[in-house]
Amino acid sequence: MNYQFNWKLVLTGEYGQWILQGLWITLEISFVSIVLSMLLGTIIAVFRLSRVKPLVWFSATFTEFFRNTPLLVQIFFWYFGSYAILPDAVNKWLYKQDFEFAAGVISLTVYTSAFIAEEIRSGIFSIPKNQLEASRACGLSFLQAMSFVVLPQAFRIIIPPLISQFLNVIKNSSLVMTIGVMDLTYMARQIESYTFHGFEAFTVSTLIYLVISLIVSLLVNQYNKHFLRFIPH
Amino acid sequence: MSMIEFHNVNKWYGDFHVLKDINESVESGEVLVICGPSGSGKSTLIRCVNRLEEYQKGHILIEGRDLHGDDVNVNELRSEIGIVFQQFNLYPHLSVLKNITLAPIKVRKTPKKDAEEMAMQLLERVGIHSQATKYPAELSGGQQQRVAIARALAMKPKIMLFDEPTSALDPEMINEVLNVMKDLAREGMTMLCVTHEMGFAREVADRVVFMDFGEILEQAPPDEFFRNPKHERTKLFLKEIL
Ligand SMILES: Nc1ncnc2c1ncn2[C@@H]1O[C@H](COP(=O)(O)OP(=O)(O)O)[C@@H](O)[C@H]1O
Ligand SMILES: [Mg+2]
Repeated sequence: MNYQFNWKLVLTGEYGQWILQGLWITLEISFVSIVLSMLLGTIIAVFRLSRVKPLVWFSATFTEFFRNTPLLVQIFFWYFGSYAILPDAVNKWLYKQDFEFAAGVISLTVYTSAFIAEEIRSGIFSIPKNQLEASRACGLSFLQAMSFVVLPQAFRIIIPPLISQFLNVIKNSSLVMTIGVMDLTYMARQIESYTFHGFEAFTVSTLIYLVISLIVSLLVNQYNKHFLRFIPH
Repeated sequence: MSMIEFHNVNKWYGDFHVLKDINESVESGEVLVICGPSGSGKSTLIRCVNRLEEYQKGHILIEGRDLHGDDVNVNELRSEIGIVFQQFNLYPHLSVLKNITLAPIKVRKTPKKDAEEMAMQLLERVGIHSQATKYPAELSGGQQQRVAIARALAMKPKIMLFDEPTSALDPEMINEVLNVMKDLAREGMTMLCVTHEMGFAREVADRVVFMDFGEILEQAPPDEFFRNPKHERTKLFLKEIL
């Protein structure tokens, strides 16, 4: 073995720039997908908790379908297959945008929202019924009881699992390189094919994912220590 | 006019007849102790009074007004009737002080400062004003139940309902809760207490009611109730718990 390690090559100059550009795209696609999947996930959870049968069925099918099929297949579906079912106007608009990025966001959002919907639903369910009862018994209306007693407790419980979903988005976003989104993984792959220094390129990109995850986990642990002390769960 | 009147109250869970022809009236300032075997419908009965449970037949009147009258706002009604549960049911994410001030501030629109002042007085009254900034999980069971009583009293209720308030407590904590309840009784609060604490019943109850299978089988002032129970099932029950 006479492989010459060259860390400087991938950390500085043009290749270092690529890494930074890739990191930026990774953060961007993850951020947009997280925000949108929170919105969609909340809507799906509310549908599931409502008493309207068609909405319940829709959200149940949605969650089971997207949670139980591989993300990579979903990405390919949105990228290669979605034009067949989307209206022409939408297709035209999408092609004028950054279509790879859009398909990546859509697949990450839909996939993640299925998990987030389940977290929200189980968070609300995990608050004992006696909490709603005790607050209603003091004269609080249903909405007041939900906003001041049930939801604040549910959110304290949900936030840690939600954040681990956010971490999953960041990690899963590496799959969008397969449809040509120039994220961190894509760039590392690119550097490898230009320089044949794949070991350094992928070590650096792996460490970046790791550092992001560790920072977020650390914050979650601190959160758990401070806010979850008094809530039975 | 009585404080609470039950007229032929009947309730079913599906086919199961849980309250059968309940007729009773409770005067202002009266303390009623309700006892009976587990499953006889005691909780269900008192929970009907603040409409935590619905009933299908009959009427309950509070100061002459039908609980289900068109002019009754359920939140307003509940704010005038305090209830204390077996499991305390404090809000775990709020401090003791906020547990007490939540309903006065949100329902009664009491200014925060006034609500806090009142909460501190109530905590003083139940003997735990030094714990105001703690969270429920940091208190003992007896302390939590006293906070729950203070929380109910913060709405200045006309009636207090107690559903086995000492059953979940360690024996050494029962008295601290009973003492608060006795004080309340002596101050003239109208109280419906489901409890098997017969010492409490003897000391402060005006009447003791015995329920079995959803019916009120007999009721009498405590002396007579304990000395001379009439019904066989009452005798059996008393023999078991005394
Ligand atoms: N939500 C419910 N659905 C069906 N049955 C119930 C429900 N709540 C209580 N019951 C039944 O009603 C009966 C009376 O219950 P409860 O009032 O709690 O009795 P107690 O307080 O005297 O122990 C019990 O047999 C109980 O199983
Ligand atoms: Mg009971």
